[in-house]
Amino acid sequence: MASLKDIKRKVGAVQKTKQITRAMNMVAASKFKSAQMRMENFRPYAGKFMDVLNSLALRVESIAHPLLAVREPKRIRVICMTSDRGLCGGFNTNLIKSTERFLREKSGEGKEISLINVGRKGRDYFRKKANIIAQRVDVLSKFDMTLAVSVADEVINPFIKEEYDELYLIYNQFVNVSVQRPTVVRLFPLPSVGQGTENDSETHLDYVYEPSEETLLQKLLPMYVHVLLYRALLETSAGENGARMAAMDNATSNCEELISSLTLKMNKARQAAITAELMDIVGGTEALAKG
Amino acid sequence: MSDELILEIVTPEKMAFTGEVEEVTIPGTEGEFGVLRGHEPFLTSVDIGELSFQKEGKRTYYAVNTGYAEVTGGKVTVLIETAERSDTIDKDRAQKAKEKAEARLSQIEKDSAEFARIHAALVRAITRINVAGK
Repeated sequence: MASLKDIKRKVGAVQKTKQITRAMNMVAASKFKSAQMRMENFRPYAGKFMDVLNSLALRVESIAHPLLAVREPKRIRVICMTSDRGLCGGFNTNLIKSTERFLREKSGEGKEISLINVGRKGRDYFRKKANIIAQRVDVLSKFDMTLAVSVADEVINPFIKEEYDELYLIYNQFVNVSVQRPTVVRLFPLPSVGQGTENDSETHLDYVYEPSEETLLQKLLPMYVHVLLYRALLETSAGENGARMAAMDNATSNCEELISSLTLKMNKARQAAITAELMDIVGGTEALAKG
Repeated sequence: MSDELILEIVTPEKMAFTGEVEEVTIPGTEGEFGVLRGHEPFLTSVDIGELSFQKEGKRTYYAVNTGYAEVTGGKVTVLIETAERSDTIDKDRAQKAKEKAEARLSQIEKDSAEFARIHAALVRAITRINVAGK
């Protein structure tokens, strides 16, 4: 049995850990709140943007934009979006696992793969395992639309120049605080826009377009990519903090459990020590009385 | 014709402005244009530049980034990637960004993709400096 002093020291250590995990939980909670608010604020922008994009797409007979070009997918580019920091449960692990599965599947089909990493964790993992052509690390604690634009710059032109044929985005879709689902979405060629909104009467307003519908649409498509990437970034940020909140909450309650079991042990050890001492004294006095 | 004009400036971060205005001037890609009440339904793309509107006789200026503007009846919706009101712009930072962009531009070739990107950054910085003074 461990000595009383050892157990005491252990309880102290666990208590300190608990303090840290609880603090991290609270920090994550407040960050989660602000991330959620940003998602909330983004909704009108995304909603309005999609409305206009769809109504435009309906008007234009056939959209011929290089971002919509379908080619035989020989070379594939993947954007893998993880968090920068760890200690958020299975958030990154799950994402990296599904990314790896996806990459293996595609390379099994004989496809050439290049990777773009957003977030430090994914970069660190794939650094020696995959062909990383671009990365953005230590960006997620504070980012805005310019980050999405800079990532988009990395992929739009190479696609138009036919340096690769298909682009996938793998990120953690935010379902709720405790559920984040690793999701694979194909970005390029862009899935056709404006489907399924044929009967929307609102889209039939007669606008004056300047420049023409086609040119306008071509300007909006890159912006559409920004919207998609920005949304994924927001979901990653919210998901990361949600996952960390849950993980740290778990850790705190585990600490509590550990502390109570250690305290019990400590009390037992103390009791045992007292009993032993008493036995000594009793034994001593008895020996004296006999003598 | 409706007799009011509602302006909405929407950015990914927030609704930068929403309310009734008398007139709004928008930097379209085909040239700057003004909107008064009763404007024809209109859709155009917006360039980096200066957006301003008149409300109760007072003019407010914004430095804006690319996006589009939609005019329908009594409502103008401007969707842009960034919008900064003139009194929130950090002029020193814009000045520094301008100098940095200028320095970079003199070093690289004119027709590279990099050039276009930095040139856009330069235009943005200049716009912000101009707007900040208003």
